[in-house]
Amino acid sequence: MADPRLEVIDRRLSTIDRIIAICSGKGGVGKSVVASMLSLLLARRGLRVGLLDLDFTCPATHLILGIGDLMPREERGIIPPEVHGLEYMSLIYYTGEKPTPLRGSDVSNAIIELLSITRWGRLSHLIVDMPPGLGDATLDLLRLIPEMEFLIVTTPSRIAFQTVKRLIGLLKRLNRVILGVLENMARESSELVRGEVEAMGLNYLGSIPFDPGLEKALGDAEALLQTDFAASLNSAVLSLLPD
Amino acid sequence: MHEWALAEGVVAAVSRIAEEQGLKRVTEVTVRIGELQQVDREILIFALDQLRPPIMRDAKIIVEEVPARLRCRVCGHSWRFDPKGLEEEVSEAIHFIPEVAHAYLRCPSCGSPDFEVIEGRGIWLASVKGLRGDG
Repeated sequence: MADPRLEVIDRRLSTIDRIIAICSGKGGVGKSVVASMLSLLLARRGLRVGLLDLDFTCPATHLILGIGDLMPREERGIIPPEVHGLEYMSLIYYTGEKPTPLRGSDVSNAIIELLSITRWGRLSHLIVDMPPGLGDATLDLLRLIPEMEFLIVTTPSRIAFQTVKRLIGLLKRLNRVILGVLENMARESSELVRGEVEAMGLNYLGSIPFDPGLEKALGDAEALLQTDFAASLNSAVLSLLPD
Repeated sequence: MHEWALAEGVVAAVSRIAEEQGLKRVTEVTVRIGELQQVDREILIFALDQLRPPIMRDAKIIVEEVPARLRCRVCGHSWRFDPKGLEEEVSEAIHFIPEVAHAYLRCPSCGSPDFEVIEGRGIWLASVKGLRGDG
């Protein structure tokens, strides 16, 4: 007759001012690093920020941030633990590093379950690390969180950008808010992505050069914030962030 | 208690349905809980009782437990989920997010993690009975 979980999702998210999905057309473009770093940068500005990893089959934000062995607290739902100043939620608390193969209907169920039982605090931003592409998770979130804004990550590759154009096409058709497109892992100056993004009437947020120092900083939030990647991301998304 | 979050959803659903159907009073609410999620029946009933809004004041609350049946997508074998023997951490993980069962359970026949939950996954509002008007 009715799925009671769907009834409380709005209420669970009502303590959050802005929900920003970090998404891409395909994997491997640095979406999870952008989501993690953006969360840290916002938190370092004194904002209350949450990070939700919805890339269930290939979660990575816990490795990027180095979350240790924290677990959510159970209190009329689950309360995400605080990690480096962020309220952090991921399926990883319940799966560890075990492979978790999920079909589309399982992904939908797990998303609905997480959204319905997670009790976020008062947050200015919830950053959501999305799985790549136009699969069930993207469709579910479009349905469940209509107010969600989208920040799209691509690389300079024409292949990556072509998949991003499909995603943009879907979001535009559904009249969703697209904050802009971020070009990651740039190795040389190119106007291809900027030109096409601007021609579509969207914000080109900037280009983040490939940072060979990033790999060494993974798992260490302080080291991450010192990387060239962090500096570039900070400049690129400055216009999206409050003063 | 996680059951409270689930109860909150049930109460919200009942309230919405009562309003949509023009019910003045809800007389009976039936909730189904799937064995896979291992919801604590007593805590759920207590939470529903504590959270009941005025329209549900006198409603009888029925909680039915549904056995969890799983079916392998590879070999077609079907079996009943048995929480006995699971480590406490695993049991608790499945309690919070039943889909993480795919990280821990395997088809007893062929060993595949590619199975579906045919029935008995989680919580479901099965029926709401009530009276319209002054009845």
